Amino acid sequence: MRLITLLLLSTLASIGHCIDNGPAFEDKQLQARYETIIAEVRCLVCQNQSIKSSNVFLAVDLRNEIKRLLSIGKTDKEIANYLVDRYGEFVLYRPRFSGGLIFLWLAPAFFLLIGLFMTIKIMRTKISQPSKLNNG
Amino acid sequence: MLPIFFVGLNRNKSELPSPLIGKATPSFVLPSLIDPSITIDQKSINGRFVLFNVWATWCVGCREEHQFLMNLSKRKEIAMVGLNWRDNRADALNWLVKLGNPYELTIEDKLGRTAIDWGVYGAPETFLINSNGIIIHKHLGPLTEEDWNIDFKPLITATQ
Repeated sequence: MRLITLLLLSTLASIGHCIDNGPAFEDKQLQARYETIIAEVRCLVCQNQSIKSSNVFLAVDLRNEIKRLLSIGKTDKEIANYLVDRYGEFVLYRPRFSGGLIFLWLAPAFFLLIGLFMTIKIMRTKISQPSKLNNG
Repeated sequence: MLPIFFVGLNRNKSELPSPLIGKATPSFVLPSLIDPSITIDQKSINGRFVLFNVWATWCVGCREEHQFLMNLSKRKEIAMVGLNWRDNRADALNWLVKLGNPYELTIEDKLGRTAIDWGVYGAPETFLINSNGIIIHKHLGPLTEEDWNIDFKPLITATQ
């Protein structure tokens, strides 16, 4: 019985830990933007969790900072830049098309081109040099 | 492709490269922990090589590195500045009295705003700032004699 109570209590505790307290903005549009941004920002202390779902104080601080930036009229892009300037590209779950990451974004197209080029080259050699079987 | 993959594998995943390396010290205006009537800004720490150490009394790693910071401060190899991050002033002062104060200046960042500007995400974090006020290195976790000798010292002697 005591074990069950303890288990129940610990579940409650962890639920309480994750819930964010109330909306940040009265303005529905601002609130929606706020929600989208904080879901996209990685909590660096507790990696693989967005700052939306974490109550570690750094996450709380970052949420407050985003709230402040939104309320002084910063755009989503400006806020993303603000975070990346301080914490690096890694802070965003969806890295932007920039800097050293361009290689990653372009890699699939690059390898597709190499593949095509090689296929064409091999086919051409095959055509220009009939196989030994045909030569008899 | 494969080499990149293996380099990636060997990288410590919790250690993120700081975008602040090569950039100027972020500006701030904060009170001194020791005497709150004094304000400290980035100009008061710039002009020489500085070891900028982010610490707090709630941080286990900070206690771990404290003895080394004390040793380093006694050797007077570099000016040391502490950023007390989101801490209780009384606890922080008590820590410095009990364990010793290695810092020339201690800045109180009660709200954590300045820590965000420095891209701090876990104490202890230690930055090396050159005499032009440029951040040239960042160390995550407790600083040791070995880290100091391998990662910090060459950067100081190379430019001095």
